[in-house]
This record gives sequence, structure tokens and C-alpha cells, in this order.
Amino acid sequence: MIQGAVFLVSAILMLVVAATFIFVALNASKKAVAYPPLLEKSYSMRAKFFWVLSIAGILILVVTTLDLPYAATRGDVPGNAKLVDVDGRQWFWNISQTEFEKGDVVVFSVTASDVTHGLGIYGPNLRMLNQTQAMPGYSNALEVTFGEPGEYKLMCMEYCGLAHHAMVTAVTVSE
Amino acid sequence: MTTSTPSPLTGSARAGILTYMGISALVYVLMMSLGLVMRLTQATWLDLPPNLFYEVMTAHGAGMVGISGLAGSGVIWYFLRRYVDLSTGILWANLTFFLTGVVLILGGIFLGGYAGGWTFLFPLPAKGLGAWGVPGAASFLIGLLLIGVGFLLLYLDFARAIIAKYGSLGNSLGWPQLFGGSTDESPPAAVIAATMVLIVNIAGILAGAVVLVLILVNLFMPEFALDPLLTKNLTYFFGHVFINATIYQAVVAVYEILPEYTKRPWKVNKVFLAAWTASTVMVMAVYPHHLLLDFAMPTWALVMGQIFSYLGGFPILVVTGWGALTIVHRSGIEWDMAARLLFLSIFGWCVGVVPAVIDGTIAVNQVMHNTMWVPGHFHMYLIVGLVAMLFGFMYYLSNQSKRTGIDKVAFWLYLVAGVAFSFGFLTSGMNSIPRRWAVHLPEWVSFSQSSSAIAAVVALAALVFALRFLTSLKHARTT
Repeated sequence: MIQGAVFLVSAILMLVVAATFIFVALNASKKAVAYPPLLEKSYSMRAKFFWVLSIAGILILVVTTLDLPYAATRGDVPGNAKLVDVDGRQWFWNISQTEFEKGDVVVFSVTASDVTHGLGIYGPNLRMLNQTQAMPGYSNALEVTFGEPGEYKLMCMEYCGLAHHAMVTAVTVSE
Repeated sequence: MTTSTPSPLTGSARAGILTYMGISALVYVLMMSLGLVMRLTQATWLDLPPNLFYEVMTAHGAGMVGISGLAGSGVIWYFLRRYVDLSTGILWANLTFFLTGVVLILGGIFLGGYAGGWTFLFPLPAKGLGAWGVPGAASFLIGLLLIGVGFLLLYLDFARAIIAKYGSLGNSLGWPQLFGGSTDESPPAAVIAATMVLIVNIAGILAGAVVLVLILVNLFMPEFALDPLLTKNLTYFFGHVFINATIYQAVVAVYEILPEYTKRPWKVNKVFLAAWTASTVMVMAVYPHHLLLDFAMPTWALVMGQIFSYLGGFPILVVTGWGALTIVHRSGIEWDMAARLLFLSIFGWCVGVVPAVIDGTIAVNQVMHNTMWVPGHFHMYLIVGLVAMLFGFMYYLSNQSKRTGIDKVAFWLYLVAGVAFSFGFLTSGMNSIPRRWAVHLPEWVSFSQSSSAIAAVVALAALVFALRFLTSLKHARTT
């Protein structure tokens, strides 16, 4: 599950930042040392830190942009995909199909008729699988593979007025 | 660059800065209380009807962004006036516009029923479906516009004063030293920061004014059609730049005060100059990371959103964060309240960068955006970063930085609860809980319950900081 991995990576990096600040805080009020040599050493370490960050950033950037979620919107729809129209309105979803089978690859063509909404598709375990914006005048193609049977909730992810939180519906995926 | 030479701060200017910071201290506590009300509602411990919840949400968002702008501008004005000749009249004019705008915003929300969120995402302001009408929405939008006018005047005054002394904004950003091989002493950090801020904020405020006026015209003339994606671009350009610029203003307190405490200079070298020039570009260029789910946007713009999200972390971590660690390490610093809070604030800024950069990754954004992960990142960098920075400045300004028992307790409560509260959001985001929902599914309620208790502690600690400042105004610095 990507969310768990994201949290774990974030927590580890944040702990590294915290450990660095704690180390400095604990040593800060000790007897002062001469600043110029400390500064020189710090600059040298900073240069290394810069390069580590840069190389890591470039690698992550390349890896994470190899497969962008925009292909279907640009017309590159998988041949086996079922096409489903979704229209968001205050405060309900109109969906052209709500029954699917396990393994179905579905491309939701998402738009809105009044204000901007956000379509989030949640798996049976209540974890989000994918999402896009539903904006009047625009159509975003959102690809989802239904990997297991169960009830998948469609929730509004963009604040759209007083019943925003009630803008929830479901589709069913059978074996 | 070494520490600045304090210049007299008396009369109207002193009153102005104390008013800016006093109002900010009060409003932060008030807005934190509104945040607590929202979490209590989501926790089912408070029975707030959805219309009121979303009104509170709108006030909380607009209030926090607005007061952060006011407080940040107060900090940078205080230090910038040591180097250039700023207009005290403009300082007060900005406050007048601000307070007038606040009255209109509060009227629009709590009398007009406007609950369209502080981001006023078109065409929602015109589509209240009975909850609010044109008067409520118009009052809110005009209020924002007036606040923008005030800030525009302030930043134009910054530009006037800086250009009068340095000749051009390029000079005050240190470009002759950075690009031209000049060996002259670089401008002080406060001037460099103010130049960056005035550039990005004038651009941001103008974009905001354009979209506000367009939406206002649409409110009264619905046949005047607008493109939702274009208006969203303008809104997020304005919104991102304005809220981001708040901490770039407040950080001047760190650049100016930590050298005083450590007896060490904050070096304005080429790396520092390059970082601030880069930040000037990046703060404006990064906003498409708010539109990664708008698949209709050009792919290149969205990929640039990710790239600039990554790049934006560099100046913070490599220059300001690293610089603060270096200047404090083995310095013999006395950890009074100002020093503690300012150091904490740099930690908050650096640590808040992590979940922000990660959410700026398109693949992650697909499952994290508009979940609680997003408020998790910005509460971390606002509570533990910006607000700690501002309260640190207030302790310094009020000359009451010696720790008392209650200060010590409040500091540790604020630190622990601030981090825990932000992690409550991040954990909720990991569990895909949407943001901006008045009513949560039963499976999610426990997250809000634990966060509510922690939020109360944050607000309580902030109340101690605010009261310490407000009761010490007569002792405030005169330089």
C-alpha cells in the first residue's frame, strides 16, 4: 500500500531532521568554540549534503515521472478498459455503470456540472486507490483496476459546499 | 553581514509594530480555537451543524492566512526599517485596510452565511445553493480584495524604499555580488528577504485581485462566464505565494536575532544570495503542484510542479536550516524563550518540508492530495515553524525573554503537542481520510478525538505565549 510506504519514508526523514536539531540543541549551550573553523567544516559538510540531496532528488524524480497518470486523458486508453462516465453535482454523483467484475480495468471520464468536485475512489478497506478533479467544462480520465471484489466508495475530495461530506456513493465489484 | 545596528523605534512606528503583533497574538489563539471546534465536531464531541462547521472552516482558513500575512509583514517591517526609510503611514494604512477587510469577511461568513472556503474556488462562491447568496459571497470577496490592497501598498512602499537606497531590486538581491563579481559588501539579509517577498507578493496579490474581481463580476452578472481552470490557476498562484511568503518574511527574525544571541555573524555569501534569488523564482513557479489532479493541465506544467516542489526544499534545508544549525552549534547560547522558539521554528520549517515535498510527487499526490496529509504538512510548518517564529519574535520584542516556569511548561507543551497534532493529520492522511469534511465516517472518528485533545493543548500553550506578550507591551523594545 503506497500510503503506508509514504508515511514510513516521511517519518524516517523527519526523524533524521529531528535528530540533527536535537544534537545541535544539546550541544549549543556548551562552551563556545571558535566560529571560523566551525564554519569551514560546516560548509564542507553542507556541500556533501547538497550533492546527496541533489542526486537523490534527480533519481526519485526520474523514477516517479516514468509513469504519469495523465495518459488516458490524452487519449491513450487501454484496449481492454471499460469506459464509465461520471458527473459530479452538488451533492451527488451520476455514474453510467455501477456493477463491475474483479479484474476490470475501468477508465472513468470525470466531469462536473456545477462546481469543482474531486472524485476519490476508495477500496473495500477504505484506502484511496486513485483520484482526480471533476471540473465543469473539463473531462479527466481516471484509470482504476478493481483487483478484489467488494464495495468501492466514490467520495468527493474537493470542497463543494454544505453537503460535501455526504457526496458519497458506491460501486460493486463481484467475483 | 553582522548584526544590524538597532535604530530608534518610537512613537507611531513602535505603536504600529506592537499593534500588528498584538492583534496577531490574539487572532492566532482565536483561530486555533476555531480549529479545535472543527476537530471536536469531527470527533462527534461537539454537535455543530454542517453549515456552521463550514463557516468556521472558512473563517479559520482565511483568518490564519490573513493573520500570518500581517504578522510576517510586521516582523520584516521591524527589521527592514533599520536599513531603509519605510513609511509609517503606509504601515498604518495596511492595518486599516486589513481590519476593514476582516469586518467584511466576518460579516460575509457569519451574517451572510458564506462558507465557500478561503480558496473561493470558482464557481463555488456563486453556488451556495441557499446556504449563502450574493451578499455573503460578495462581502467575503471584497474583504479579501481590501486586504490585498493594503498589502500591495505595503510592498510597494518596501520597493520604493529599497530602490531609493540600493538603486534597483537586482542590487538589493545582491546580484552584483552573485553574478557580477562585485566585492562590495552584500545587502543585509533583511533587505534581500524583503526584496524577494515584495516581488513574489506583488505578483501574487495582483493575480489574486484579478481573480477576485472576475468572480465578483460573475457574481452580479452570471452571464459573464469564466474558465474554472484558469481561475483555479490564478487562485492557487495567489494563495500559494501569499501563504508561503509569510515565513520568508518572519525568518528575518532568525537571521537578525540568532546572531545577537550567539555573537556570530549570519554570513550573506554567494550561496545565501543564490538561495534567495532561486526562492524568488521557485515560490512563484511551484504553484502547479496544487493542480496535479487537474489532468487537463499541460503535462509539462504538472511535471514542473513536481520539479519545483523538490527544488523549493533546497534553500530551506541547505541554506536557512543548515545556517541556523551552524550558528547555534557550540555557541554558548543562552536558551531563553526567544532563542528556543526561533530555533524550534527552523526545525518546524525543515521538518514540514518533508511531507510537502513528498506530496508534491505526482504518484504520491494521486492518493494523498486532499486527504488530511495536506493539512498535516502545513500545520507542521505553520504551528511548529511560522507561529513559533512569530512568538519567538514577540518574546524578543517585548524584552521578556527570560524564562519563567510557566513559559518553560508552555514551550514544551507547544513543541510536543504541535508535532503530535500535525502527526495526527499525517496519520489520518495515511488512512485516506479526506480533508474539509464536517462529518466523518465512524471508522475515522477516533483520529479526530485524539487530535482534539492535542489541539486543546496547542491552543493553551499559544494562549500563554500571547498573554505574556500582551501583558508586557510597556516593556517592549524602543530600538
